[in-house]
Amino acid sequence: MRPLVETRNLSKSYNGIEALKNVNVKVDKGEVLAVVGPSGSGKTTLLRLLNLLDVPSAGEIFFAGRDTACPDADRLALRRRMGMVFQQTVLFNETVYENVAYPLKIRGRYNESGNLRVRDALKLVGLSGFDRKQATGLSGGEAQRVALAQAMVYEPELLLLDEPTVNLDPRNISIIESVISKVNREGGTTIIIATHNMPQAEQLATRVAVLREGELVEVGDAKEMFRKPSDFLASFGRVLNVFTGQSQLTEEGTAIIDIGGGVKVEALTTKTGSITAFIRPEEIIVSKSPIVSSARNMLKGRVEEILDLDQSVQLKVDAARQFTVNITKRSFQEMKINLGSDIYLSFKASSVHIM
Amino acid sequence: MNLILEGLVKAFWLIISFDREVYEIMLLSLRVSGIAVLIGALLGVPSGATVGLKEFFGKRFLMSIVNTLMGLPPVVVGLLVYLLLSTSGPLGVFQLLYTPEAMIIAQLIMVIPIVMGVTVSSVSSIGKAIREKALSLGATNWQMTLKVLKEARLGILTALIVSFGAAISEVGAVMIVGGNIRWATRVLTTAIVFETELGEFGLAIALGLILLLLAFMINWALTYLQWSGLRR
Repeated sequence: MRPLVETRNLSKSYNGIEALKNVNVKVDKGEVLAVVGPSGSGKTTLLRLLNLLDVPSAGEIFFAGRDTACPDADRLALRRRMGMVFQQTVLFNETVYENVAYPLKIRGRYNESGNLRVRDALKLVGLSGFDRKQATGLSGGEAQRVALAQAMVYEPELLLLDEPTVNLDPRNISIIESVISKVNREGGTTIIIATHNMPQAEQLATRVAVLREGELVEVGDAKEMFRKPSDFLASFGRVLNVFTGQSQLTEEGTAIIDIGGGVKVEALTTKTGSITAFIRPEEIIVSKSPIVSSARNMLKGRVEEILDLDQSVQLKVDAARQFTVNITKRSFQEMKINLGSDIYLSFKASSVHIM
Repeated sequence: MNLILEGLVKAFWLIISFDREVYEIMLLSLRVSGIAVLIGALLGVPSGATVGLKEFFGKRFLMSIVNTLMGLPPVVVGLLVYLLLSTSGPLGVFQLLYTPEAMIIAQLIMVIPIVMGVTVSSVSSIGKAIREKALSLGATNWQMTLKVLKEARLGILTALIVSFGAAISEVGAVMIVGGNIRWATRVLTTAIVFETELGEFGLAIALGLILLLLAFMINWALTYLQWSGLRR
């Protein structure tokens, strides 16, 4: 089968700096490719080139079998078959509805069934009823969901997502992630997502391409690559709460991992011996007192560091081992957490991901 | 004190009695400045948008010229247009001197740099991100430009308010090229100068009040538009 996207020796320099060097990658129709790599590794550059917003310094890009080094009118026609969501959310200063209707209007396709399509797109991202709201007054997460609806309302064949969930709170992240997997699964949309959120890449992607200083250093099946991540992949991945320890099976079919400092966590795995596991900050529940729940793990700790993120608050907690957790600003205020506060961390055995 | 009081009474009377001459003068003022701003917008907005969106050699130099022209003294504009339109001037054949058209031309020269300069700065402030967003969603260059103009609408509206205010209250240029001819080229500002010199304070005050009222009404309407644009 002909790949939907193919690059051949793709390179791009900005002011003499090579942002992308000889990248060769093929993406088949219906695939989800995660492009991962540290900041400045060329992820955004690659996506901008694929969206035909920039012109390569060298090399070629083929889209649906067509060389994209063609006259502007043809490039526009190709670009109209793709959607892109930028890392920095940009919306027009008009209503949510008008924002989402815009791509249809400029294609002259609004009259067909535009109204319905716009409403469907808003429903898809969970923003039904937001039609008349002013786009500039939305929260960061809502705005990014509108941007996603904008890029999907015309049903592009290829969706390019540049770190779409960076700096968003867990709720919005999970909404966006589920929308992405839904459009791929049900709509068959091919997706290229740049991210440095490893669990996200693992969850969404069928294949992973690793960029390092503009070069494509690894590309392969997502499951395999995360089962045995290379040192490079693990090092920049900013995977938080990574622990290595000895795993022992329990009678219930779970495993207890001794991660040192007297801390043992229960995980859903059948692996034994030395293993590495991570727990996503947003999967850890924070409470001021012990709670009764189905979560198999509960640790007591002390808040060591408070970091104010855009939409949420990140806490570093000393629970014999250091844990990083994310909570919403509202919970942070309601729970009256300060430096040195004693808190409890709870997480399910299924939230302990084995690398 | 008496003088002012008498003037105010007379002004009030002239306004409520719909004095024909007063209203003719007012309408000519509105027509001349309105047309100048309209043509100024038609020329200044597209050229401002082009300059604001494109990078080219000499852009900064061009912008410093435009910014200088924004503060052009009306008297100098009047002199320039006078020299161009006078019988011995290069455009003398059209015989436009001392006509409302000459006044429109003079005000247009004042208005264009204001509209263009403000359009350039508001279009530039919209930023690359919005432009790329529109292009990425599939806009043609033309559609993208329209989108940027729509995003810059408040700035452009400001340009129109400012230039209309400058045009209708300007006296130097219309006096020179229009000549303040009764029933022909007499506008509010030139009439005020003339009536004051004659000692006809009542008429002068009436015209002054009308000028103030007009300026207020138009600014109020545009500001209202601007605010509703902001809320949207």
